[in-house]
Amino acid sequence: MSPDHMIWISLALPILAVGLIVFFGKTPDLRDGSSGTIAGLLFIVTASLSIGVFAGERPEWNLGEMLPGFEIAFRVEPLGMLFALVASGLWILTTAYAIGYMRGHHEKQQTRFFACFAIAIFAALAAAFSANLFTLFIAYEVMTISTYPLVTHHGTEEAKRGGRIYLGILLSTSIAFFMLAIVWTWSLAGTVDFKLGGILADAVAENRISQTGLAVLVGLFAFGIGKAALMPFHRWLPAAMVAPTPVSALLHAVAVVKVGVFSVMKVCVYIFGLELLRETGVSLYLAYVAGFTLVVASLVAMTKDNLKARLAYSTIGQLAYITLGAMLATPNSVIGGGMHIAMHAVGKITLFFCAGAIYVAAHKKNISEMEGLGRKMPLTFAAFLIASVSIIGLPPGGGAWSKWFLAVGTVETHQYLLTAALMVSSLLNIAYLIPIPMRAFMKPKSDTPDDPSQETGSWLANMQEAPMMCVVPLCVTAIGSVVLFFAAEWIYQALLPITMTPS
Amino acid sequence: MIDAIFAHLPILLIVMPLVAAPCCVLTGNGRAAYALALVVSLLTFACSITLLEETLVHGVVRYELGDWSPPYGIEYRVDIFSGFVMSFVSGIGAIVLVYAPLSVRDEISESKHYLFYATYLLCMTGLLGMCVTGDLFNVFVFLEISSLSSYALISLGRTRRAPLAAFQYLILGSIGATFILIGIGLLYQMTGTLNMGDIAARVPHEHGPRTVLVAFAFLTVGLCVKMAVFPLHTWLPNAYTYAPSVVTCFIAATATKVSVYAFVRIIFEIITPGFAFDVLPLDTELMLFSLVGIFIASIAAIYQDNVKRLLAYSSVAQIGYMLLGISMATPTGLSAGIVHMFNHALIKGGLFMVAGCFALRLGSVQLSDWKGAGRTMPLTSLAWAIGGLGLIGVPLTAGFISKWLLLTSAFEAGRWPVAALMLLSSLLAVVYIWRVVETLFFAEPSEAAANATEAPLRMLIPTYVLIGATLVFGVWTSYSAGIARQAAIALLGGTP
Amino acid sequence: MTLESVAGLYNYWVVIFLMMTGFYIVLARKNLIKSVIGLNIFQTSVFLLYITMGKVEGGTAPIVPPAIAAAQAHAAHGSDAGHAATPHVEGAHEVAHAALQHGGELASTTTEIIYSNPLPSVLMLTAIVVGIATTALALALVVRIREDYGTVDEERILELDRGE
Repeated sequence: MSPDHMIWISLALPILAVGLIVFFGKTPDLRDGSSGTIAGLLFIVTASLSIGVFAGERPEWNLGEMLPGFEIAFRVEPLGMLFALVASGLWILTTAYAIGYMRGHHEKQQTRFFACFAIAIFAALAAAFSANLFTLFIAYEVMTISTYPLVTHHGTEEAKRGGRIYLGILLSTSIAFFMLAIVWTWSLAGTVDFKLGGILADAVAENRISQTGLAVLVGLFAFGIGKAALMPFHRWLPAAMVAPTPVSALLHAVAVVKVGVFSVMKVCVYIFGLELLRETGVSLYLAYVAGFTLVVASLVAMTKDNLKARLAYSTIGQLAYITLGAMLATPNSVIGGGMHIAMHAVGKITLFFCAGAIYVAAHKKNISEMEGLGRKMPLTFAAFLIASVSIIGLPPGGGAWSKWFLAVGTVETHQYLLTAALMVSSLLNIAYLIPIPMRAFMKPKSDTPDDPSQETGSWLANMQEAPMMCVVPLCVTAIGSVVLFFAAEWIYQALLPITMTPS
Repeated sequence: MIDAIFAHLPILLIVMPLVAAPCCVLTGNGRAAYALALVVSLLTFACSITLLEETLVHGVVRYELGDWSPPYGIEYRVDIFSGFVMSFVSGIGAIVLVYAPLSVRDEISESKHYLFYATYLLCMTGLLGMCVTGDLFNVFVFLEISSLSSYALISLGRTRRAPLAAFQYLILGSIGATFILIGIGLLYQMTGTLNMGDIAARVPHEHGPRTVLVAFAFLTVGLCVKMAVFPLHTWLPNAYTYAPSVVTCFIAATATKVSVYAFVRIIFEIITPGFAFDVLPLDTELMLFSLVGIFIASIAAIYQDNVKRLLAYSSVAQIGYMLLGISMATPTGLSAGIVHMFNHALIKGGLFMVAGCFALRLGSVQLSDWKGAGRTMPLTSLAWAIGGLGLIGVPLTAGFISKWLLLTSAFEAGRWPVAALMLLSSLLAVVYIWRVVETLFFAEPSEAAANATEAPLRMLIPTYVLIGATLVFGVWTSYSAGIARQAAIALLGGTP
Repeated sequence: MTLESVAGLYNYWVVIFLMMTGFYIVLARKNLIKSVIGLNIFQTSVFLLYITMGKVEGGTAPIVPPAIAAAQAHAAHGSDAGHAATPHVEGAHEVAHAALQHGGELASTTTEIIYSNPLPSVLMLTAIVVGIATTALALALVVRIREDYGTVDEERILELDRGE
């Protein structure tokens, strides 16, 4: 099987999953079984594809021209490969987790839920493998639409409001800014293909676009890709937290938001070209917007008592790290940003899994209610702690490396204010994440007049963890975030080619 | 035998429905009339597809009526553009007829059914005739055939406002048609011929005398009334709202499009873009009116509680997009306008069909009565959501294709403010479409909605054919955007 | 603009006067019947416009005098015999052409007969039919409106609708 074939196979698998899920809608076991099997198969396919890609291959698959000059084409490069690998790998765990969660909660409309989920994964892979902006844009929009039913899954008034903000911001930014930026790029460069070193250099050299114009164009991309949640277009992410937790976990820690920052990186690397951005410095103001976002989001996160809301603002902050890396446009910062896509994905999904597990087992959403819960759910809170360490950027969490490279990037460009912002934000991360497991383990349980027999029993008998299907995935991802600390060299080597300038 | 039929296809296209209409009346029976109308409309569709194929392979098909050679006789002339337009007009005509019986039984009294189908066929005759003819006066005659029958169809609506809406449309429509007649007369005065090609060859373009200017002005204004260009759109919302559901489906999908077709023909083949856009500032004017119209009509749509009226205002806005493309006068812009005629016909036809399904089951097209219908009628509601996405212009729907082409053409022409405004305006579509989606899926079900059952398959299948087509043509564009581009190049290439 | 050109174009003035009168009535009148009447006047003005342009000064009605018609028939017959081999359909075509040519020659050789252009009048026959259909439909609608509302005054009708 040649790598070229593997592209369409990996795109077809989620679609096949949608078919099977709808087909077996009446028999939940078969439905969820097929969903899980395909997730496994998909990971095998992407993993085998990645071997070649990281070795320097660039498999391509062309679906044909949709409109004259605009074709649906796929071309796998390291950044996209890394993202696809993360998304497909975490899909397996999330599927397992979602089955446990959805059944534990007796949620309705599970067929629709799993089907939309698979479509979202398809969109994530299509975006990851896209060979041009046009394909990327289509995948991006498919993802927006397919996740709307997931966000509004509960069908309540709150869900409606959340869905409105979600769709409103994502759709309007993408139509009003992103689409405009793509067509503008096309009119400048005559193509929208991703090319190492960018495609706009000629237009700049021939003075067809001024410095200001270029800065506006970068801005249109950065804000148009609303999924990157750059302030002031970040409100959709907290709003999307009305969704069931598996959705928040995979989509709003991994697939959806990562498509956003991934697109931003891809635009910076393959449309503008790092060199062009560095030389003209047009994207620097956006690095400051990102710096502002990451500090403010961390501050807001501290004020949130609802665990998922806190995690959402934390995500906004972490996404801004990646955008910052892309906008600084030095090799180190870009590698740091790319690495952070993987590191943050694994860490944040663990945190969301934990939030969901706590909700399933103890029906608690607010942090203030979780005191003493650590004794009942030690595994969950241990995982939470490990993942927090990674998000904060302390060894032995994977996040340490990505934040290191980002900090190096700010120093290289002499933007010491941004270095400071990164450091402050890391401190804030500690302040809003670490107290949660600490209070859960250290503080006595708040509502003591409980059944005393539980207190007297052995430590093991006191455990009231969520179902196995929920706990196992979160332990795996927690371990994963430590493993990534030791795999950082490998990711660095894999991402190195995208920072090269074409000879 | 086959060859003989083949040679006479252009006239068969007109004659079949024209003859079938009185036959429907003669049967005097609703069912028989329906069967006849359905067969004829399917045959007509087959004819137009064959003709389109023919034009794509062999170029323009000419047919001399009664064997009188033009310019003395009337010439029927089918090129790619007209073949394209009449294919989708007859196609949608046929699909709407498949959809029709249950809705017609519900909304129109039994005794009038055969007359309804007869009038429907007449309307189709008129619309197809406008596409096929190469004679300017013939355009007027067919325009009046289609208009008169559509006034009659609209007046069949079940409320008492329907005749009033039809009357208002009649007054404005007749004024528009008379304006067109004046324009044609003045052109005849200048050139002494009525054949479009012949007029184009003879009409003095450079610094044309005032008569020519006046003729163009009358033609433009008259057609703008028929196209419902803002601010001459006032007849449209009422007409679409109070007409029977089936009639709205058909007229909304086809009638204004055919007027746009006639407008494009006249501008690009007779007036010539050089004269209309360089000597006269028609492009700026069109662009201005389109943009203002898009914004005002879209905002008006947001505030409507009657869903059919909402869609009607949205139609006014969408006409703006077509004219915007046409006003660019570049191959991309023109093909964007042309392909949007087709895409919008699919989308709007589909959405009005959805409205018809709800009208059948819930007995109302007021948004407040649709509350929570998504739970009892999920398939119908899903069709609305998909069609709505098409109207917004989300990728993988047909609406995206036209919007994308329009956008690229605006950039090609260096008119990026137009591009930005156009994108902003499509956000308004998000608002009015999503208001309905939220009402369907999230509101507490109204009593009618809670007791409703899913729309009958007889209506759902045609609805999904059109809605599905918006998805198909959102991905596979060689037969929509591809043909539109060929048509646009032919239109622009035919003029120096 | 001299008096001559103003007076000389009197037919156009009539057309414009009628057109504007009709147009004004349509727009200003709130009585539905009067709107229809206005529409009729408006359309009639266009009939006059067409007919006026078909008139050629000194021209007679475009009916071929009997003598010439006979000569034409003869010529046509001859040409038809000459082309006996051609298929029937094409033959008819040829006849038309031949008749035109011969007729023209004959006309120019025998007497200078100037005809008015018949085409505009023919067109107007069609337009009149359209106009009648429009009027009939409009009146039918007015009858239905009156049945439903009990009035033909547009303002009163709108009031009734608001009152609903």
